[in-house]
Amino acid sequence: MSRSGMIRAACVALLLALVLRPHWFTPVFAPFAPAGGPVIYERASILSLSLSHLGLVALASGLATLVAVGLAILVTRPAGAAFLPLSRTITNIGQTFPPVAVLALAVPALGFGAGPTLVALFLYGLLPIFETAIAGLSTLPPATMEAARGIGLTRWQRLIRVELPLALPVILTGIRLSVVIAIGTATVGSTVAARTLGEVIIAGLLTSNTAFVLQGGVIVGLFAVLVYDALSLLETALTRRLGRQSAGAEA
Amino acid sequence: MAGLSPPGVLFAVLGLAAIFAPFMTLAANRIVAGEGRALWTLAAPQITGPGIALMLLGLALGLPAARPFLRIAGAALGLAGLVWLLVLGASSLLAEAGDYARVSPAAGFWFLLVVFALMMADALSALSPGPAARAGLLVLVIALVGALLWSGALSNLSIAQEFASRKNAFYTASLRHLGLAFGSLLAAAVIGLPLGVLSHRNAGLRRALLPVLSFLQTIPSLAMFGIMIPVLSWLSGVIPGARAIGIAGIGFAPAFLALTLYSLLPVVANVLAGLRTAPAATLEAARGMGMTWRQRLTRVELPLGLPVVLSGLRIVLVQNIGLAVIAGLIGGGGYGTFVFQGLNQTAGDLILLGALPTVALALVSAIAMDILVELTTPRTEREE
Amino acid sequence: MIEIDEITKLYEGTAAVDHVSMTVETGTITVIVGTSGSGKTTLLRMINRLIEPSSGEVRINGEATSALAKHELRRRIGYVIQGDGLFPHYTIAGNIGAVPKLLGWTKDKTRARVDELLDLFSMEPAQFRDRYPAELSGGQQQRVGVARALASRPDLLLMDEPFGALDPIIRARAQADLRHIQRQLGSTIVLVTHDMEEAIHLGDRVAVMDGGKLLQHGTPAEIIAAPATDFVAQMVGGVDRPLRLLSLIPVSEALEDGTADGEPIAPDTSLRDALSLCLWRGVEALPVADGDTPLGRVTLATIRARAAELA
Repeated sequence: MSRSGMIRAACVALLLALVLRPHWFTPVFAPFAPAGGPVIYERASILSLSLSHLGLVALASGLATLVAVGLAILVTRPAGAAFLPLSRTITNIGQTFPPVAVLALAVPALGFGAGPTLVALFLYGLLPIFETAIAGLSTLPPATMEAARGIGLTRWQRLIRVELPLALPVILTGIRLSVVIAIGTATVGSTVAARTLGEVIIAGLLTSNTAFVLQGGVIVGLFAVLVYDALSLLETALTRRLGRQSAGAEA
Repeated sequence: MAGLSPPGVLFAVLGLAAIFAPFMTLAANRIVAGEGRALWTLAAPQITGPGIALMLLGLALGLPAARPFLRIAGAALGLAGLVWLLVLGASSLLAEAGDYARVSPAAGFWFLLVVFALMMADALSALSPGPAARAGLLVLVIALVGALLWSGALSNLSIAQEFASRKNAFYTASLRHLGLAFGSLLAAAVIGLPLGVLSHRNAGLRRALLPVLSFLQTIPSLAMFGIMIPVLSWLSGVIPGARAIGIAGIGFAPAFLALTLYSLLPVVANVLAGLRTAPAATLEAARGMGMTWRQRLTRVELPLGLPVVLSGLRIVLVQNIGLAVIAGLIGGGGYGTFVFQGLNQTAGDLILLGALPTVALALVSAIAMDILVELTTPRTEREE
Repeated sequence: MIEIDEITKLYEGTAAVDHVSMTVETGTITVIVGTSGSGKTTLLRMINRLIEPSSGEVRINGEATSALAKHELRRRIGYVIQGDGLFPHYTIAGNIGAVPKLLGWTKDKTRARVDELLDLFSMEPAQFRDRYPAELSGGQQQRVGVARALASRPDLLLMDEPFGALDPIIRARAQADLRHIQRQLGSTIVLVTHDMEEAIHLGDRVAVMDGGKLLQHGTPAEIIAAPATDFVAQMVGGVDRPLRLLSLIPVSEALEDGTADGEPIAPDTSLRDALSLCLWRGVEALPVADGDTPLGRVTLATIRARAAELA
């Protein structure tokens, strides 16, 4: 196994242990707990918090991907071209909105719980995906597009068989960015009573228990790193395949 | 559809729909949920009529595709109508309600605000104004909003009442928020610029540094702030005199340190990318004509890379203005204090009092930094 | 005078430049020609120490280049590369004045020099001084690149494929300009190219390199008439060699008395062009005139005899 493969496997094993057998880590976190205080978070199972955390992120990112790619396809068609400058403006302005503020602003509108967190993650996740999808769909090699028209593909066929597959690696970059931001931001969702791993960290902050803060932080951090890594691998694999294909076509 | 701006049509449809949504909320007191009121039920028709007419006219002026100035005028009229309805609607609603009653803008208002703001932005982007024009426009908008706030016309709104009862706390929080965001930007720049320049020259340092900085970025913000608390209380115990200069486990210091650590990656990465923008032939020529590496850095690489370096600082500034909200959770002050107090008390207007200035600050900083980036872009590239 | 003495550059044990020695006389153009990988650019870059030689040395007017700090050496040597390498964020005046500024010239002196050079390259100073490189055509950018290299009146001008990025018509004009300016200023130039045509056209001396070795160093006529190796013969173009030789001789050297019909040609026209004109017009002789003064004529028979005598 390569060195990076070994590090990856070690991270996965560590994460699984932290989520499934948190008590194994009592000696590790004990020095950070206040004297006589609890070391490992026990008010809820770490597994259920992790699943709820990842579920929120997956749902929000999945919806964001569908909507963002759909909108990007619309504005890169001739009929939607008039909306392209507007979409760029919205993405630029939207990305300056702080995720925490979006979350906070969703509360007066939607109340507490998973709802505002989901909406905030969805809205905030839209933008990077939308941006990269537009970039991917509007910077396709002109020769390939010309060839696709030349061999008689319809617009729909061109979109499905040529444009989307070619733009996929770029779109994936946006999804990766969006998912990693969502994993981090979801922790803040616990301040509005969403069930996420942020609960552990906030409990630590409220009771000055650094052991909790570290426990929650390490788990969320590992999730973020591993998801980032997995999506990067997927992206590299796709890019390489596309690279080989086009090289083969030229040969 | 010829001659119609498709976004204009979209805005008109959305705007018309939003007119039917609840425009304001009237609540019996600060905490209870309010009741939504539609536009035409805010006040007498002679008050609501002109406001609604202004907005309809604004939406109609947004339609012609070829006339961006007309669309800008339409957006301005629509915004004027919105403010008119908000100010007069609030006082009229309060007049009919009890002493502790609160009025706030509701979904319809926010939606119309977004529609007209986007209409303005879309028309402006068609004109693609230069940096000077954009700076002028930014100052004008800030002045108008400032005048509206100072005039007291909005003082009937619930958020203004929250503000009135916390004036001093608000100013302290503003200073603290600015201090956190700009201070950490400055610290990150002071540390990150030399680090970036050094790792540009030294591949070994680059390979060692970048993974560490990337790792710092994956730590969730909440945990980063939390971890800084014990680190700093340890430091303040170990280093004599540290407590005297404000290094302590809670408050400003841990928030500041967390923000600075987060900022290092974008700064260093953009310095590296910026220094790489000089074309290879240009660098070869600079070497060939006898520039020392310091001269190449200060006369060629940095001037050519400055826009990229500044975009890195823009990312950091906008990111830190947002993240500084979390300082409110660990007693670090700033607008986050109001946000989290509001969340605790389920007082929506208190949340807004913290969130709205944060959003405004982030927006203004982003626009100002964009203007700066464009001004530093070498003239030739801008003209191409 | 530039003396290159037994200079060698090793990369991981392989010699990119292998014990090359040659002398460049002051006030001449030496063209180093070779295919890619021949070591010609490495040799050039060792002269201003952009690449440090593994062994051997270079002396400029008797002084070893290793005796100077690298950046000070380079400020005394002009350097022009393919694709010009102009500073995109400097004006034309800023670009040309870059080396004078490094040398600490006064503003007035630099400005005067910039205008003088712009004039020399027939670019109106008032019009071009404050423009940016991206606003210029490729040919103009290239001229600014050469002007920048000449700004501090360097002892030596090094040029690495300076005309490589130009299209053929602009390239011919740039070559003529360079020749003209070199004659006027008496500059010493070492130029690298892969184009033998360019080497023969521009060089007082031509050095042919292959595999890191200097195969032959001599006047263009010597190189064409007596190629030292098969490779040099192939480089100078096999069956085209007589034509290339004729291209080096002006008709003024093959004049005879008499007259001929048709439009007269100038005395500095090459014999190759004269031959081409004879064939094109279907005549045996062409009249030669300097402006309105008839000088004589040149005949097909003379040209044929000159070609035979050289071969």
